[in-house]
Amino acid sequence: MNINATLLGQTITFFVFVWFCMKYVWPPIMQALGERKKQIADGLAAGERGKHELELASKRGAGILYETKQKSSEIIAQAEKRAEEIIEESKTNAKIEGERLLAGAKAEIEQEVNRAKEGLRQQVADLALAGAEKILRREIDAKAHAELLASIKNEL
Amino acid sequence: MSAEIHTSSEYIRHHLQNLTLGKLPDGTWGLAHSAQEAKEMGFWAFNVDTLGVSLLLGFLFLYFFRKVAKSVTTGVPGGLQNFTEWLVEFIDSSVRGSFSGRNALVAPLALTIFVWILLMNLMDLIPVDWLPFLAGKAGLPFLKVVPTTDPNATFGMAIGVFFLVVYYSIKIKGLGGFVGELTLQPFGKYGLPANLFLEGVNLIAKPVSLALRLFGNMYAGEMIFILIAIMFGGGITLGLFGGVLQWGWAVFHILIVTLQAFIFMTLTIVYLDMAHQEHH
Repeated sequence: MNINATLLGQTITFFVFVWFCMKYVWPPIMQALGERKKQIADGLAAGERGKHELELASKRGAGILYETKQKSSEIIAQAEKRAEEIIEESKTNAKIEGERLLAGAKAEIEQEVNRAKEGLRQQVADLALAGAEKILRREIDAKAHAELLASIKNEL
Repeated sequence: MSAEIHTSSEYIRHHLQNLTLGKLPDGTWGLAHSAQEAKEMGFWAFNVDTLGVSLLLGFLFLYFFRKVAKSVTTGVPGGLQNFTEWLVEFIDSSVRGSFSGRNALVAPLALTIFVWILLMNLMDLIPVDWLPFLAGKAGLPFLKVVPTTDPNATFGMAIGVFFLVVYYSIKIKGLGGFVGELTLQPFGKYGLPANLFLEGVNLIAKPVSLALRLFGNMYAGEMIFILIAIMFGGGITLGLFGGVLQWGWAVFHILIVTLQAFIFMTLTIVYLDMAHQEHH
């Protein structure tokens, strides 16, 4: 319980400890604490930013999806319209073609009829001529009556 | 209890005597074997137990904190680092709360004071007879385990704080400012003697109150532990009752131990804050 030189020893020890603490203990720990604080703050800010970006992206995605749907339904509508047009067109084409074929066939038939008529006429003329020849052979010189015969032939 | 102790008062006195190293009456240096001998050694004697235990605890504190400071990581902290960081942040917020100036010394000073005093006070929770008994076996006549029950230790630290207060007062305000503060307040220059007396008391009271508060609390606590320990010699019933009392007092003492360390630290911060302010 006496005051003695322990007092001095204690004071010196005290200062040495404080000096050591101030030099080698406090700064590294405080620095680490500050750095971690900054890291956490950065992390939180990054998280917040990420969340915000996600929100924007999902909004943008929804917009794109809507647009795409719109466009695709437009395309489908166009395609349907086009298909109908094509059908209409082919129908018209088919009708025209059919009519053309019909007309061609009719013309051919007519030609054929004409040809047959011509052939028949020729045959009738030939027959008539042959008949007339047979009749006339007895009494008419062929040469003398050739002109007459040709005119008859032409009339037929 | 050693063999030569017979009465309660001898037991108490034995527990309150420091292991003192100094000049013996025959002129050689040695350990005092009685309170009388220790007293006769005068000022140039050392309380080996106080110095030894406080140095040991101080090294313990610095060893662990230095270990953390060297391997400190900004990533996920380990257990020891976590504890250290918690303590450092607690001290840092205390300093930020009460200290308005800018001084890199104050926070580490507060940390050292808090942890060192806390460790020294915690020695009080070791049952009072264990270490003195071991010391007696080793041939040492006395051993007072708790350094803060030795006024040399508490005054030693308080004087250290006092030096810092005076140093920073002069550094911040200049020698003239410091002297002016001592002599020109609160009554103006015509009340100089009264001013000097009041401000002088005010200044001296800081280290004295710091040291005596800590010493008084820890000394009283130690004394109660010693008184309880006397009951262990009074038969099984009294001994068991003493055990319960000792446990209860130890639990309560944890509060005092922490509180006193915290008060010493906080007052140091406040005194240094006052030293940094131009007017008070």
